[in-house]
Amino acid sequence: MSSATNEIRSDLGLYDYLPWPDRPKITWPGGKKIAVWIAPNIEFYEYNPPNNPTRTPWPRPNPDVLQYSHRDYGNRAGWQRMMAAMDAAGFRGSVSLNVALCDHHPEIIRACADRGWEFFSHGIYNTRYVYNMTIEQEREIIRDAFETVRKHTGQELAGWLSPALSNNLWTMDILSEAGIQYTCDMFHDDQPMPVKVKTGRLISMPYSLEMNDVIVYNTQKTTPRHYGEIIKRQFDQLYKEGEESGTVMCIPLHPYLVGQPHRIDAFAEAIEYIAGHDGVWKATGREIAEAYHSSGAYDAMKAAMAAHAAEQENR
Amino acid sequence: MSLPDSYLEYPARRYGMDHDRYDWSDLFQRKPVTWPGGARIALSIVTHVQHFPLDMPAKPFKAPGALSMPYPDFRYYTNRDYGNRIGIYRVLRLLAEKGLRTSMAINGIIAARYPALIRAVVADGHEVVAHGLDMGKVHHSGLSADEEGSIIAETLELLRKVSGQKVDGWLSPGRAQSFNTPELLVKNGVRYALDWANDDMPYAMRTKEGAILAMPLAYETDDRVVADEYFHSEPEWVQQVKDRFDVLYRESAEYGGRVMSLPLHSWVSGMPYRIEYLREVLDYMLSHEGVWTAPAGEIADAFKAQA
Repeated sequence: MSSATNEIRSDLGLYDYLPWPDRPKITWPGGKKIAVWIAPNIEFYEYNPPNNPTRTPWPRPNPDVLQYSHRDYGNRAGWQRMMAAMDAAGFRGSVSLNVALCDHHPEIIRACADRGWEFFSHGIYNTRYVYNMTIEQEREIIRDAFETVRKHTGQELAGWLSPALSNNLWTMDILSEAGIQYTCDMFHDDQPMPVKVKTGRLISMPYSLEMNDVIVYNTQKTTPRHYGEIIKRQFDQLYKEGEESGTVMCIPLHPYLVGQPHRIDAFAEAIEYIAGHDGVWKATGREIAEAYHSSGAYDAMKAAMAAHAAEQENR
Repeated sequence: MSLPDSYLEYPARRYGMDHDRYDWSDLFQRKPVTWPGGARIALSIVTHVQHFPLDMPAKPFKAPGALSMPYPDFRYYTNRDYGNRIGIYRVLRLLAEKGLRTSMAINGIIAARYPALIRAVVADGHEVVAHGLDMGKVHHSGLSADEEGSIIAETLELLRKVSGQKVDGWLSPGRAQSFNTPELLVKNGVRYALDWANDDMPYAMRTKEGAILAMPLAYETDDRVVADEYFHSEPEWVQQVKDRFDVLYRESAEYGGRVMSLPLHSWVSGMPYRIEYLREVLDYMLSHEGVWTAPAGEIADAFKAQA
């Protein structure tokens, strides 16, 4: 058993400061201005999950049939509408996957795989958190995720979004050690950035809380049509800025929300709008991570951060 | 603090669902349904008629709309009761103008407190759906099967007696169930329930006492949810209901009949400033060809006849 704990500290300690102006330029394949990636969270929430002392899975005692069934809507109805909208606009998904869904609903996995979608891990179930896990236990779910995704899709995991965004201070180290290339758990930047880990070349991938349909609909209480508007606004700005240096835009989705009949058309129209522009790279998370490394952006950003830190020291 | 290794065990990780209530099914791969008269949309309007007791318990959780001020909460007790004195009659008047027969999900205690309300609902041809005993009696797994069974039996007895209807549809307060609720409902002669929010069409649910039909009821376009949880305006509610209808109507051309459900609350949509917005959504939907408005029980019958 490891004795690692989440000691209380004031800084996450996972990245260095780098002001936005005068950063090394990011160049995307084919000179595209913006990499747009769509990340559907295809999730399975359990009917009767065990409790975690830090977070109770459901607001009501098990079975919370209203919340459970609301999530299940995504896997019966919503995913098809979401996928049809993405097909129509020519977007592949990068699936933030609760990997147990491979066992429960292989039909959904097959439909995604047939379209060349990427799978990244969003833990085993969205009702199992890494809070209070030992490092060994957390390594075990990483191992399970790699093995399950490999077995069902033949893909080697590249990305990770912790289940329900639960994390421990050591999580990034053990993800990188296991071969994960990008994390979606941090929102500190518009550009992919090197993460300070013990081994490997992990990057933080811009994933976006504020484009995430859960946050938009349920936290910000945004109307479905206004969600379409903010997607277009976010795109317009990042597209314009992509003239200077390649940008990234992510749209994180949940089929149980965006796939509702009263929401799907506003979303579909917004991604059609994006697809109607020149210079848009419709990418997956893995492709963005690979281009970031192969173009030299990772090394350049790392050097720029070191230079910035040294300059501060010398002042 | 650490977690037992059982936290990494998943006994229900298998093909299909992690329980036995129903099988997984893809909405877009099912046998198309045809509604009476060749209709494309079965419009299921379900108005909640509720009683919130002044002494409603906070544990294990409160049903949505519950009293929230320090005891005695004059504010919300009376505001909710407004729905039973005025709001429901304003909704009934509008539905009568439109010639619509719908469902009213009514707390059982309403039959004892306000039998005139039940008589008005029945006189206009609406279906009485049992909505639990009152909003303080939520169903949850802390109740024994006997305790929960007697709440269900009392609810149904009150509503059946005063309405003279068979009352075989159910909507739990707060759409909350225990592990036992579906069995207890079937035992008490309930044929369909509106609690589960996972589908746009009816589907069969298994219980140890026989099957029960799960009927769709939209969760996020419910008038109370839009007003009191999302804080959207009435025009924004109208837009969302219309958008929902449009997509289901469009899908019905390719995938067969759909159910458009419209959950209302007498204390929400029955307000003077809201009622004309309800008229607007009804007019919009009814202006389309092939919209069949019926009580949920009749939509359930039409579905079962071809299942």
